[in-house]
Amino acid sequence: MAAAARLFLRGANSKLSIAPGSLGTTLLKLSPNCSSRTKTQRRHAAHFTFQPDPVPSQYGPTQKMNLFQSITSALDNTLASDPTAVIFGEDVAFGGVFRCTVGLRDKYGKDRVFNTPLCEQGIVGFGIGVAVAGATAIAEIQFADYIFPAFDQIVNEAAKYRYRSGNMFDCGNLTIRAPWGCVGHGSLYHSQSPEAFFAHCPGLKVVIPRSPIQAKGLLLSCIADKNPCIFFEPKILYRAAVEQVPEDPYTIPLSQAEVLQEGSDVTLVAWGTQIHVLKEVASMAQEKLGVSCEVIDLQTILPWDIETVCKSVVKTGRLLISHEAPVTGGFASEISSTVQVRLKWPVSHPPHSHVFTLCTDDVNCWCIH
Amino acid sequence: MLASIASVFQVTAWKNGAALIMSARTFTDFTTRATFEIKKCDLFLLDEGPATQVVLTRDEGLQYYRTMQVMRRMELKADQLYKQKMIRGFCHLYDGQEACAVGLEASINLSDHLITAYRVHGYTYTRGGTVKEIMAELTGRRGGIAKGKGGSMHMYCKTFYGGNGIIGAQVPLGAGVALACNYLGNNELCVCLYGDGAANQGQIFETYNMAALWKLPVIFVCENNRYAMGTSVERAAASTDYYKRGEFIPGLRVDGMDVLCVREATRFAADHCRSGKGPILMELQTYRYHGHSMSDPGLSYRTREEIREVRSKSDPIAMLKDHMLSHNMASVEELKGIDVEVRKEIEDAAQFATTDPEPPLEELCNHIFYNEPPFEVRGTNLWTKLKSLS
Repeated sequence: MAAAARLFLRGANSKLSIAPGSLGTTLLKLSPNCSSRTKTQRRHAAHFTFQPDPVPSQYGPTQKMNLFQSITSALDNTLASDPTAVIFGEDVAFGGVFRCTVGLRDKYGKDRVFNTPLCEQGIVGFGIGVAVAGATAIAEIQFADYIFPAFDQIVNEAAKYRYRSGNMFDCGNLTIRAPWGCVGHGSLYHSQSPEAFFAHCPGLKVVIPRSPIQAKGLLLSCIADKNPCIFFEPKILYRAAVEQVPEDPYTIPLSQAEVLQEGSDVTLVAWGTQIHVLKEVASMAQEKLGVSCEVIDLQTILPWDIETVCKSVVKTGRLLISHEAPVTGGFASEISSTVQVRLKWPVSHPPHSHVFTLCTDDVNCWCIH
Repeated sequence: MLASIASVFQVTAWKNGAALIMSARTFTDFTTRATFEIKKCDLFLLDEGPATQVVLTRDEGLQYYRTMQVMRRMELKADQLYKQKMIRGFCHLYDGQEACAVGLEASINLSDHLITAYRVHGYTYTRGGTVKEIMAELTGRRGGIAKGKGGSMHMYCKTFYGGNGIIGAQVPLGAGVALACNYLGNNELCVCLYGDGAANQGQIFETYNMAALWKLPVIFVCENNRYAMGTSVERAAASTDYYKRGEFIPGLRVDGMDVLCVREATRFAADHCRSGKGPILMELQTYRYHGHSMSDPGLSYRTREEIREVRSKSDPIAMLKDHMLSHNMASVEELKGIDVEVRKEIEDAAQFATTDPEPPLEELCNHIFYNEPPFEVRGTNLWTKLKSLS
């Protein structure tokens, strides 16, 4: 049960009368290989089990694909239907270091799928230009950890283009894709989850899928969306996540959180890989504690679906958010404070807020109390 | 030196009071110094370049040989350990490029500064790290040079600033170190290395400008091993004359497989910097035998024939060995003796690296900040608390 979490217990609406301490200890006992007394910490390798979604029937024939294949399929659909679409980034021509662009250069030509030199700032700046001029630009940053040289271009140029030109220009045709999140052996520079840095920037959309079906639909939505989008792909799921994915193009709406599992006692919110951890947690909680969890996949980080989350918390009275990134300033803090403000807890019953924060197995992520 | 002299004399056990001296070659048989003709460097914005006639002494030759052999064997051992999963994560090996590290170090002082990217095992050794420390860092043990917390890409010594994972980010840093040298007036310089892939990063050009503007004593070194991961230089760069990329910074293109070339070019570059003329750029044309990292077989973008050709024609260790033997500066047995010693040293280090314990859990969160009172950091679950000491 390794996750960064914020847990709110709303005393007034509490359906469970378990005090946080004992809930904590109970949950602790359930956690394998863990004891509150011993100081040794077992090595929790990035443990989760990918939980595939049921086969969708509304989008036509499906094919077994893993995450990187579903991305390739989405890009293939885009290059086929949109003659202005171009894909570029480091090493994308031969298929990409995660094989997301395999076969596309051969199929669509070297003027549509091409390598850039090693220059992230250049890649995004160039992508903005391509988008502003009217072509659909899909830029790949090789790892989300390397996106920071491009941060200025994304935040200062891409996000603000439409606003500062009074809607005369925009780079809505730009989509930036980057592998994201912990993978077990990535250490400092191949494991980062930087969504919180970008969440602070209006004008951008930030999207993180949890599975191949979601990835294809959300990526196609990002490409179609008339705003610059950043699409983070959980790299640990590239091979591990396998589902039956529709071959034809389809879109999944952005800024709509998905309730994966209904529940009545606590709302669990996550995105990307953590969804699978939380789904496991939800079934453990149901089995061992009789706690009914409502699991929500946020999908779009910015702009996020405030209504769905708030509606759920009104129902359950408790909210737990889980993400891989560091806790301080992580996106969970935004969600928890917004929910708190929106639900306007009555003064007579201030939220009995126990902020429990956990760090993930990712070595670099630490939480400062 | 004593070891090399001793290896020349092989004394069998005393038999009947008489010692038999087996080896016929004595120390005085060898040439102590010889002159070699080296390849001329291509020059940019320079009227004259490094000397083409260089002197190598026997001692120097043996030292370079030994150092390069240590680096070679260490990298091969790391390869082995990685395949045995004793080393995890990322591991970028330096074999084939030994002449660069050894040649550079030969012409600068240990008090000078050096910074490079992530292919650092060789430089960590030449800058003063021991093989034990390096290997223990690779296996992530407490005896490692970064206390087991850095791994392959993050190794540091007193005047060696690593060990940097983000490509190109180390170059402005190097210029900053050079500025500090100027400021402190200590006549030191900074050697700032990057690869052919990194040469296209924006921050490097920003650094060229700052270094030239403020006449910083920095030697920019582009280690051009022809491939940036899998992208060959022709496919990545509009101009593959990396030594000219400094535009207003004088440049040298050096044969990076010949330790004598690298040494002479570095001597020239160091003199240039120390005389207050400002920065200089050296492109070392070199080659790596392994792929970009241990997860890259290194064969999808180049042929086995190419690797074999470089190994047979331009291997730095073989070239030096050839120089020394052909000029009677060492014997085959002596060099073999060094090989045996080196092998043993690496074995011992590997043994240490695999048996040393991992850093204790209490140290996991140390050194986040500096000099703050100890604070608590959460572990991987709610109820484990770790302390961070500065």
